[in-house]
Amino acid sequence: MLNPFDAEAQFEGIGKLYPVLRILDEEGEIVDDTLYPDISDDELVELMKRMVWGRIYDTRVTNLNRQGVLGNYAPSGGQEASQLASQFALEPEDYLLPTYRDIPPLVMHGLPLHKAFLWYKGHVEGNLFPEGLNAMPPQVIIGAQIVQAAGLGLSFKLRKENRVVLTYIGDGGSSQGDFYEGLNMAGSFDAKAIFIVQNNGFGISTPREVQTRAGTLVQKAAAAGVFGIQVDGMDPLAVYSAVKFARKYATEGCGPVLIETLTYRYGPHTMSDDPARYRDDEELTAWEKKDQLIRMRKFLQKKGLWDDGIESQTEEQVRIEIKEALEKVRQTPGQTVDGFIDNMYSVKPELYKRQQESHAGRRHS
Amino acid sequence: MRQLTIVQALNEALAIKLEEDGDTLVFGEDIGKNGGVFRVTDGLQDKFGGDRVFDTPLAESGILGMAIGLAENKFRPVPELQFFGFVLEAMDSIAGQMSRYRYRTGGAKNLPITIRAPFGGGVHTPELHSDSFEGMVTQVPGIRVVVPSSPYDAKGLLISSIESDDPVLFLEHLKLYRSVKEEVPKEKYTVPLDKANIVRAGDGVTVVAYGQMVHEAVLAAEKSDASVEVIDLRTISPIDMDTIEKSVKKTGNVVVVQEAQRSSGVMGNLLGEIAEHCFMYLDSPPKRVTPPDTAFAFGAAENIWIPDSVKIEETIRETLEF
Repeated sequence: MLNPFDAEAQFEGIGKLYPVLRILDEEGEIVDDTLYPDISDDELVELMKRMVWGRIYDTRVTNLNRQGVLGNYAPSGGQEASQLASQFALEPEDYLLPTYRDIPPLVMHGLPLHKAFLWYKGHVEGNLFPEGLNAMPPQVIIGAQIVQAAGLGLSFKLRKENRVVLTYIGDGGSSQGDFYEGLNMAGSFDAKAIFIVQNNGFGISTPREVQTRAGTLVQKAAAAGVFGIQVDGMDPLAVYSAVKFARKYATEGCGPVLIETLTYRYGPHTMSDDPARYRDDEELTAWEKKDQLIRMRKFLQKKGLWDDGIESQTEEQVRIEIKEALEKVRQTPGQTVDGFIDNMYSVKPELYKRQQESHAGRRHS
Repeated sequence: MRQLTIVQALNEALAIKLEEDGDTLVFGEDIGKNGGVFRVTDGLQDKFGGDRVFDTPLAESGILGMAIGLAENKFRPVPELQFFGFVLEAMDSIAGQMSRYRYRTGGAKNLPITIRAPFGGGVHTPELHSDSFEGMVTQVPGIRVVVPSSPYDAKGLLISSIESDDPVLFLEHLKLYRSVKEEVPKEKYTVPLDKANIVRAGDGVTVVAYGQMVHEAVLAAEKSDASVEVIDLRTISPIDMDTIEKSVKKTGNVVVVQEAQRSSGVMGNLLGEIAEHCFMYLDSPPKRVTPPDTAFAFGAAENIWIPDSVKIEETIRETLEF
């Protein structure tokens, strides 16, 4: 039995509860056959294509932002496995609650690319989702998505629906009050929910160590009685397996799951900060060596499923997609103040009609 | 006809909506077995079951955030904030999320949430249990703020609120919960969310109020020698300016009353609209009866802080003597 006054033994015990799940190592070798997920060759190739898509997307959108073509952008390069392998484990009926950094998985869940671009530009058309896209618009307030996901997860339980909600937050977000409230609520109601903490090491510039004294972020699940898994976030197979497991666990009514992915953001927090101020190149280089694309490429090449031809073909396809989406953005009519007022209420108050008259005809390109 | 208190009228409204719409959910702190700290939800869990009427962990932001998630999957949530003073914990869910969700989604999605919360002074509560924070929410577009002042209105307005496809903050005045009784029909009826109510007609001066202040205004009108028209806003955001402007253009004099502090509140905004649209009809400067800009006085101290009929009558006299 542990000595109740032995703080060190307690912390050590907690540290042992969350081994890092790793399936594919940096050389593209399977670390543990017994953990290998149920995934077909076609699915492996599709997952790799999506990660290549994610990397090109990040590079192109970063440039488009610098050229002033699109609005502000929160880069996702480095987090492809964390974002896209997790979404890959979902079904279309599952709900996605992305943050502003999780546009790539939202696109994979069904948001047309030009709408993603419109969202960056602050055009409400970006949040006018096509029928059947089960998602809420990208969340800007850190933590709001967590309490909302608890509600959606409860709604699936009440309606006896066999689906889950998946939401993301960062290492910084795990300090937020709503993170604890949502996780606790979800646990209390056995909500069918998966929470992914994408631990990329920094909340804007604040290092993970400043966020909390806790040894891991995943251990926060324990306080809420929620099951938690810590994952190598650069390993797409590990992320995929963890979410597959969590999906089954949550839909079966066992309760929500918290997953911490250990990952890294290669770019700045958004296009308005300079990472050189708060981190050094050596750290970046060390993480780039662990990159998801490198290990997945090696793995698939060894299996004979991938070569340079497929890769460049995939890249070319993404460039065409982006070009076409930009053209659609150009063709989208600008917003009007009239439209803003129309969108506030389903039954327009009289007072609003008066305001609408005085703002009539104001249009933004 | 039978006479009901506001507590009973609200309970009946909730029961009607729970009965006729399986998507209506009622939840909050201590609202299940305990029936809510003011018994507004008394007996509802027994009648409709723990999946429809349920207790939540003690976390206001969590409660309203969950309401958003539930509404996203087509439920019609009626969450309760145990006291409106606790809204400070949940402001993002109200102002940052549910109120702008329709706007955010380009008009495609609605969140039909009705947040119920007791507010207002007069029953000597501890600090932050009586505060009139409604002005913080009336600045927020996309949500209606509704305040009934009578049992009849309470039932009809709550049913309308729950049926509204837009979010509603439904504020129940603590002092009125059991202090007024009136005839309330047993069957379902609605009271519109966009119409102020002329509770007493007159042509000398218009007095505008909401919540408990409506009763103080009526008392003042009864004591006054003047012909006083008393208007109950019922919905304090967005305001039915039409009814008010018609009245002010008729009487030429206006006194507004609120229990919340003077600055940046509901009545300051209302007077701005009057200044802009009724200026040429005014015979006297509009006047405000409000507490001073201090924190809401709590416990017995509120007796000297909250406006009463004496102060309102005095102000009516000053206005007419201008």
